Parts: sequence; structure tokens; C-alpha cells
Amino acid sequence: MLNPGDLNALVLTLQLAATTVVILLVLGTPLAWWLAHSRSRWRTLVEATVALPLVLPPTVLGFYLLLLLGPNGPVGGALVAMGGAPLAFTFAGLVVGSVVYSLPFVVQPLQNSFAAVGHGPLEAAATLGAGRRDRFFTVAVPLAARGFISAVTLGFAHTVGEFGVVLMIGGNIPGRTQVVSIAIYDHVEALDYGHAHVLSAMLLVLAFLLLCAVYWGNRRFRGVGA
Amino acid sequence: MSLALSVALERPGFRLTVDQTLPADGVTAVFGPSGCGKTTLLRCIAGLERPRGRIVLDGHVVHDDADGIWVPVEARRVGLVFQDARLFAHLSVAGNLRYAARRSGATAAERDELLELLGIGALLRRAPAELSGGERQRVAIARTLLARPRVLLLDEPLSAVDEGHRREILPWLERAVAELRLPTLLVTHNLDEVVRLAGHLLLMDGGRVTAGGRLTEMLARPDLPLARREDAGAVLEARGVGYDARHHMSELRCGSTPVWLAGEHVPEGRAVRVRIHASDVTLALESPGATSALNRFQGVVETVTAEPAEGRCLVAVATDGGRLLASLSSLSRERLGIEPGRRVWAMAKTVALV
Repeated sequence: MLNPGDLNALVLTLQLAATTVVILLVLGTPLAWWLAHSRSRWRTLVEATVALPLVLPPTVLGFYLLLLLGPNGPVGGALVAMGGAPLAFTFAGLVVGSVVYSLPFVVQPLQNSFAAVGHGPLEAAATLGAGRRDRFFTVAVPLAARGFISAVTLGFAHTVGEFGVVLMIGGNIPGRTQVVSIAIYDHVEALDYGHAHVLSAMLLVLAFLLLCAVYWGNRRFRGVGA
Repeated sequence: MSLALSVALERPGFRLTVDQTLPADGVTAVFGPSGCGKTTLLRCIAGLERPRGRIVLDGHVVHDDADGIWVPVEARRVGLVFQDARLFAHLSVAGNLRYAARRSGATAAERDELLELLGIGALLRRAPAELSGGERQRVAIARTLLARPRVLLLDEPLSAVDEGHRREILPWLERAVAELRLPTLLVTHNLDEVVRLAGHLLLMDGGRVTAGGRLTEMLARPDLPLARREDAGAVLEARGVGYDARHHMSELRCGSTPVWLAGEHVPEGRAVRVRIHASDVTLALESPGATSALNRFQGVVETVTAEPAEGRCLVAVATDGGRLLASLSSLSRERLGIEPGRRVWAMAKTVALV
């Protein structure tokens, strides 16, 4: 049913999504915490920046990332100067693109649930002798459990579904940068509807299961966080 | 233990300035209208607000601007029970208690003692959402005490609780503060709670402390806003001397004056406090002969204040059992010629145990 190329694309897609989500949790959690609690005047600006990938056409995002990461771009160029390779058309490049592209899908649910947890339980934990880190991990994180479930599943699903950014900076190299959504596009272009069907159906079921997980999580942790 | 405060905090439309050394022992009630800064004062002591000034807790400077000393909340060992309990929703009752005990090193024996003291042993496996308002507050108090605080701050612990539960939790709270002998600040705007729990009283208004002192003295001061309340009245210290089973009455002594208490059995020798409302006190110039009033105090008029309303006045009478307040019409005051220095008999229709 799956030819080796499609299987490659599927494995690559899942690897990309998983890597992206892990990176986004590490970067996005402190960012979301800051957005939920900061009274800085920079907050609005940062919030708007985080939300940009929601409204920009993926091709625009991909275009700028291509300029940035390519051998003549500031990032790609610097990597070349240090004896490395530019990020464009590599798996690492795809990860960078996906992190940017899926950022709001991880940061926003986390920010909302941190805001919903509020200061109250954290102040209570402090009076019970819990220091900053302690109360963050033992009170804020578990109370924001629903936000984390949403963030992980939405970040994962959204990365699996990306197309435009990957096409711009990944270049559709089978086995190295070809993801499922692009493989489907190739099959359709080649009028190979059978293989397109198999991959499409798999993504459909995956997306459905992930959303089920989000809603299950919301019910399971009812009344705790957003 | 002592608590010395000298703090100033400004917020839009509000300013808190408190310069006070609080009594070391027992319960001090902080009493005043909503928005007078009571809660903010507790938050400053706990370290949840950062005022200008200096706070010395039990000899330890926990905050001093001049020396740049700032002990963070988690290291102050100040137990704050919030108005809204703030139990951790992701933990069971047992989990909430464990959270505090683990960080303070409190033992299982301490926990069991508190479970018993607050009557929450049966709730351990419940989630906070499954508790009533009164149960939630009792768990919150136990959790705070398991953190082994040096001072206990209670921020209107009963205000989120309906009247029925208030009556259920008040005895627990009374026992807890009496048995633990922990210096306690109790914020409330319920005078009954003040009278039942506190030994000292701090009055606040508009972000300042307007008066402070022993509860019995404060309640009998005609110059304080407390005396203008409808339920104004003195609290006297008394001791049980006997029980008349046939009439269901306890005999007490306030100083040398016998006082009769209906319906309660006060054991001989037990120290209690009784409350006598100003509106229940009648004054006479001579020893009343045959009268149904059982409680007769002999004393001297100290002050006469034209309060609380037009045509009324408040008379403070010093007796050897403490000072009494009597509310009279200004007409009867004039006819009897009641002036400071005059010897009078004060009769109290009703005396209630607090």
C-alpha cells in the first residue's frame, strides 16, 4: 500500500513534528509564562509577533526563511563561514521553519492557561515555603495541564499539516526533506490518486485522533486552567 | 514573638501607612470597613506586597529598605490563610496537606493532631472541588499550620462561608488558635468573630491604624466607632463560681459582682468572657430594691458621650469587674443628673457568654 518513498515521507513528517514540539515546549513555555504575567510595554509587540504565523501566508514565511537560511542569508551565511552548511534544503532547516510556523499553536494555549491559573495558587504555594522554580513545576504546570495537552497536540498536528513553508525552504527532496503533505501533492500531480488516497486518509485519521486527544484532555482536567 | 511594622504602600487611589508594634501573644483582630487596607497589611507582612519601610518578625528583620533586606515569601515562615482558601485544585486534601508538610518537615504526628483539631480526617481523599466552603477553609488552615509558621495571618477566613458553615467552623478555629498559642492576626469585619477569637484589637480606617489595645478596653471605649454600632457593648472577664441546676443558671463573678448566666454550665473556677450590650444596661442612682434584674454592678460614671444618635447618649461606667457601656436617652440622663464622677448602679438584663 505504502511505497518506500511514501513511508520515508511519513517517518520524516512524524520526526519533524515531534522535534518541533519538543523545541517549542522548551522555548514556548517560558515565553508563554512571560506573556501571561508580564506588565512590560513590550508585551503587545511580542504577542503580535508570536501570532504572525497565524495570519501570514505560509509562502511569505517560507520565502523570508529561505532568504534568512540560504547560503547568502545572514544565518545561512554565518553557518557557511563557520564551516557548516546552510540550513535551506535540510531537515534542520525544516525544523527551524516549523518552529516558527507552529509557534502560536503552542504559545497561545500555554499563555491562556497560565493566565487562568493566575497568581492565587502561586502565592499560596509561596506562603507554604515553595520557591519560584518549585512552585512553577509543582503548581503552575500541573494546573495548566490542559494548556500543555492543547499545546502539544495542536503544535504536532499543525506541523504535520504544513505545506507552503516546507515547499519554500525544504525543496521537496525525497528521503531528506519530502514530507507527507508534499508527497500527496506530487501524487496528485502525477494523477496517482491511489497513493494520494492512502496518505491523505492517514493524515485525516491522525488529525482526528489528535483533536480527540485535545478534547479528552479538556474534559479530564476540567476546571483546572484554560 | 513580636511583630514590629513600619510600612507605607501606595496604590492608585489608596495609601497604606502603618507604624505599629503588635502584641506578641494570642489573637489580634484587625477590624475595619472594606477597603481600609486590612488585607493589604497582611500581604505586606507575608511578603506578597513590597511596601517601603521595615518589618521585624520575632526579632528577625524580614524587610528593611534602608539596609536592602528582603526575605522572600517562601522563607518568611508566615502562614497566611486566604479568604478564598486557595487549595490546589490538582491535589486531593491529603495532597494539599503533604505539599506544606514536605517543605516544612512537619511530621505525621503533627498532621494527625491537626486533622483532629480541625475535624477534617474524613476528607483526606476528597478533591477541593468536592468540599463545602467551611471544609475548604478548615483544610486551608490545617495546610497553613503544617508549614510551621512563626505567625498566623487569617484573612477573613469565614467571609466566603455562609452563616450555617460559619457557625460550624468558628468553634474549630477558636480551639485551634487557643491550643496552638501561635501569634495570630485575624482580619475580619464581623464583630462576633472579633469578640470570640481575639484578645487584642486593631482598628483600621482609610489605610491607617486608628486605635489599638486590649479587646475588653477597646470595646468599652465610647470614643471609638465601635461604640456607635447598634451591637455596641462591653466584654468583661469573669470566673465561674457555681451552677444552679434547678434554674439552669451559672453564677459567675465579674470582679466582686455576681453575674448570672442563663442556660450555660460554666464549671467552677473557669475563666470566661461575657458580653453585655449597651442597650441592655439600665442605670439607677440608688441601690435598686426589688427588681427582676439579677446582674447589678456598682460603679462610677466615667464619661458621657452624645452618641450614637440624636437624643441618645452613651455612658461609660467603671466597675470593679471592668468598664460597662450603657445606652440611655438623653432625657433620662438629664432627669437622673448623670455626670462623670456620679456613683450609679448598672443593671444588665442579659449577659451572654462569648
